Amino acid sequence: MAEEILISQPTTEALSTLEQHFPGAAQPAEYEGIVIAPGHLGKVASFLRDQLGYDYLSLVTGVDYPEATAQFPARFETTYHLFRSKGGGPLVLHVHANRDDPVVPSVVGVWPGASVHERETWDLMGIRFEGHPDLRRILLWEGYEGHPLRKDWHEVYYEEEKKPFSSRHPEGRPVQAEERAPLGCNLRYPPDWSPDSWEPQAEMRVYAPMDEHVGDNGRSMPTDQVVINFGPQHPSTHGVLRMVARLDGETIQQLEPVLGYLHRCHEKIGERNTWLANMPFTDRLDYVCSMSNNFGYAVAVEKLMGVEVPERAEYIRVIMAELTRIMNHFVSIGFFTNDIGVYLTFMLYALEERELIIDLFEMASGSRMMCNYFRFGGVARDLPEGWLSVAKELVYERIPRRVEEFEKLCLENEVFRARTIGVSALPADVAVAYGCTGPLLRACGVPYDVRRAEPYSIYDEFDWDVAVGHNGDIYDRFKVRLEEMRQSLRILRQALERLPDGPIQSKKVQATAKVPAGEAYGRVEAPKGELGFYVVSDGTANPYRYRIRTPSFANLGVLGKISRGHLVADVVAILASIDITLGEVDR
Amino acid sequence: MYGIGILKTFGVTVGRFVTTFADDLKWFLKGGFGKRYSPEALPERQSPRGRGVFTVQYPNEKLIVPENYRSFPFQVIDPETGKTRCTACGICAKACPPQCIWIVRAMDPETGKAKREPAEFFIDVSICMSCGFCVEVCPFDAIKMDHDYEIATYGRDAGEFVWDLERLSKPLAHHAAIHPTQYAAEKAEQEQKAAQKKARQ
Repeated sequence: MAEEILISQPTTEALSTLEQHFPGAAQPAEYEGIVIAPGHLGKVASFLRDQLGYDYLSLVTGVDYPEATAQFPARFETTYHLFRSKGGGPLVLHVHANRDDPVVPSVVGVWPGASVHERETWDLMGIRFEGHPDLRRILLWEGYEGHPLRKDWHEVYYEEEKKPFSSRHPEGRPVQAEERAPLGCNLRYPPDWSPDSWEPQAEMRVYAPMDEHVGDNGRSMPTDQVVINFGPQHPSTHGVLRMVARLDGETIQQLEPVLGYLHRCHEKIGERNTWLANMPFTDRLDYVCSMSNNFGYAVAVEKLMGVEVPERAEYIRVIMAELTRIMNHFVSIGFFTNDIGVYLTFMLYALEERELIIDLFEMASGSRMMCNYFRFGGVARDLPEGWLSVAKELVYERIPRRVEEFEKLCLENEVFRARTIGVSALPADVAVAYGCTGPLLRACGVPYDVRRAEPYSIYDEFDWDVAVGHNGDIYDRFKVRLEEMRQSLRILRQALERLPDGPIQSKKVQATAKVPAGEAYGRVEAPKGELGFYVVSDGTANPYRYRIRTPSFANLGVLGKISRGHLVADVVAILASIDITLGEVDR
Repeated sequence: MYGIGILKTFGVTVGRFVTTFADDLKWFLKGGFGKRYSPEALPERQSPRGRGVFTVQYPNEKLIVPENYRSFPFQVIDPETGKTRCTACGICAKACPPQCIWIVRAMDPETGKAKREPAEFFIDVSICMSCGFCVEVCPFDAIKMDHDYEIATYGRDAGEFVWDLERLSKPLAHHAAIHPTQYAAEKAEQEQKAAQKKARQ
């Protein structure tokens, strides 16, 4: 009974429950959720996980309030979004820290998945997490001065606080960005830091244990361990990811992903932009599935704005999102076969189908990859003439056959099975604790899909099943992907059949429209997992805080754990089976 | 039996191999050598019905660009006045996400008042992200997205990438040619407005 109430009204009920068990620890937050006293956080976190079932931590982030707000003084605020892996809405926790020396207790002991998020918050916001086992910078390097997401931090080529800028050309002539920040003058080092005496920490962490293992492997022949670098320029890392691995023979003893080679501080750019201007920037996150990124951002901001989406627009959104899912899974499977040594044959088969789907996107939105198709309260433009017939031909005729073909290519092939079955099996409880989502989580047997767990848009109107695996190994991840393509086709058939007529946008939102003050966490099931947008508005035309929880980044947190004990060649397969896009990992 | 799966996989690739030649033969029977790579065959080859070799022989062949396609913006020149439709209102410059549009309003030298036309209009295409917001917000249909994608240059100075009004200007006929549906809708709307105005008088 108590649990049912908690699902309907998580915040108020949790607040009173916490008041009973931890008097004085909790109070209501300014916009949404509960403020927890820092001293109580550890106990409250264990209580929430063990007693109330909040076993899945989606996001940890920080917000900087250099000025006092209506309810609270100037502060840093860490925000935690908790969910149940059974489904339901979020429970939002806030913890305040003072601005001079921000310290917050770490929750890595309760939710190990918090590790990457806490490291990122330390990196970009400068909030120290006490008790974190490995609190280093994650996206930026050690020679970077300051924490960029603080409100008082300015970039070297700083122009103005917010867009639209008063003038980009104050000298009266067009100036290019390179002239404004010439090479060599566009970086600052921390005061007590010098590039000459620098020792990269990621390497040191992996190199250090080597000495302990010299000549001691328990076998008759004493051997040394070696450290190898994968990437950042390596065809199998799907971009500029680097992995530092310590090997014993060919077996991985330790593996550490090194991120940030594609970091462009998307969130700082986003906080300078106007609300609508962020839409084309979200395309550049996961550049394989820009429609899903648009979807997540639109859902989050629509929560704040309170605008309705017309029915036709909702259908178009679902159609685009499901086509994106099919496309992404084709690409994912195609590149996986490339990675395990089939080379280009199957990948080109997959890219052929992707080509046809992005042709559809191009017809509707005008761009193949950077679609920029969604608007607040609808979509940018209506489907052009002839679009539906091509889409139907694809969905009814071509793609089902291709899915079947890929099943034949992969699931029955003995070589494929030998490379995948039983490799890097991930137990369900570990996957949930590490905050894994998407096919990676569902392959472990956890039927968690945001479209079902917390339905958004009109997904509750369609008849479809959540694809689930059993063993959590690479083979099951691909089985789940193939099944998901089938389910997406099922949704698409219903949506294309029932697509109603009507307007496609409820009301035209101005480019510099103001958004009511508040905070919202909009999440969608992107093809790679849960994609969340955490937005805070102070009532102006620009986001106050704009944070993205990307599935690739969160899923990478478990890479080191599931690679241990496997061969070097398997690491490539494991990485491909997680399915990452570096545009989204590094943001 | 072990190995059946591998044979099935080979079956798929051999099937593809055969399809390639079958498709070539199909086009050969339709119109002889070279028919498959003729402009009439391209739409079919690139559609969901396409079989066989999927690639396009660029630059001998080019993909068909849909009407909504966006590369970079251009200014529409009205044939009646010979000038741009732009009134230098600056809405596009405000909406532009990377802030790449820069407009200088024209001044009337006699009265010293601002005129409703631009003296200078720059777009820095090196930072333009082709989002199309400028087109969406323009109330005068003065700026449109072009279809030209072969615009690589050899240099990287401001002169190459910061396009001025002259470089951006294209005649109305160009807009009508690449956006036929859109142009027809705009024209219908204009005529309707003119008819309403007439009725009121």
